[in-house]
Amino acid sequence: MNRPTQGPFESPDPLDLALVQAIQDGLPLCPRPYAEIADHLQITEAEVIQRVQRLMERGDIRRLGVVVRHRELGYRANAMVVWDVPDDKVSELGRRLGALPCVNLCYRRPRRLPQWRYNLFCMIHGRSREEVLENLQRLIDEQQLGHIVHSVLFSTRRYKQRGAHYGKDSLPQARHCPATPQVRLLG
Amino acid sequence: MASTQHHSQLSPLDQRLLNEFQAGLPLCERPYAAMAEHLGSSEEEIIARLQHLQDSGLISRVGPVFRPNRVGASTLAAMAVPEERLQQVADLVSGYDEVNHNYRREHEYNLWFVATALDRQHLAAVLAEIEQRSGIAVLDLPMIEDYFINLGFPLQWS
Repeated sequence: MNRPTQGPFESPDPLDLALVQAIQDGLPLCPRPYAEIADHLQITEAEVIQRVQRLMERGDIRRLGVVVRHRELGYRANAMVVWDVPDDKVSELGRRLGALPCVNLCYRRPRRLPQWRYNLFCMIHGRSREEVLENLQRLIDEQQLGHIVHSVLFSTRRYKQRGAHYGKDSLPQARHCPATPQVRLLG
Repeated sequence: MASTQHHSQLSPLDQRLLNEFQAGLPLCERPYAAMAEHLGSSEEEIIARLQHLQDSGLISRVGPVFRPNRVGASTLAAMAVPEERLQQVADLVSGYDEVNHNYRREHEYNLWFVATALDRQHLAAVLAEIEQRSGIAVLDLPMIEDYFINLGFPLQWS
């Protein structure tokens, strides 16, 4: 599962790109969401499903599901923990941390010396600052990371949060389907 | 957006929707009907609950999470902003359609944002413009390797 980062779409398929743009704000909440997307893209429902399947198999779509907002669900504390890991150890440690239940994201990023020395980033959520710090301490103890310099950056205010956008408009009406949705049969 | 609803007000059905379908939306013609079957509910009720969860801001969407840097390009950027200018610079950054997350954090680098665009060139232009308009240097920290393995986020209701 630890695929190194590859470049963007090797051969950007215009229809895949249009599909990504149509679903980036979410699937329509109506009985046949893929039929509605198909209608928008002027392809068949079966082709939409097939293309989504392929994007998932290639890992371009990492998951398809309910995307929760942690803060609104009571997980109000959110710390980005950054580590200064020797370059030859960073991948191995990243893989270990990325598999832990209390870690929500785990990435290698470049150092920017002298301003920024940290090369491994992970995100730890919790219902309180104390819970986050307890999780972090347990992680440090269990993974024997006491010797690795780290810094904990709690977020104290969110100015903006939404899914990534890749340009252009997403599917119009993606958020509200008609009250009596038409079930469309496509050949 | 109303976000006053607390998770304790979630019905058992809502909790199961949130816990069991973060990574596993069935990929079929009628996904909400398949979810309803699994949960012993109706397609109509599942759609209504998801719409409600979305309208109340507890979920951001039902849909895909893209792997970073596969579709287009993205980066994490940081700025060290003088306290008295923080709101102003945060507003400037949030104003960009390319910016999808923007947080204040407790650190000398106190403003952190994620920017996404179709290509790296466009991304670089956005960061340069933010630097120029704010007069504050931007650290550009694009992902080099992704180690995250978990799918979804385990929620506890206790």
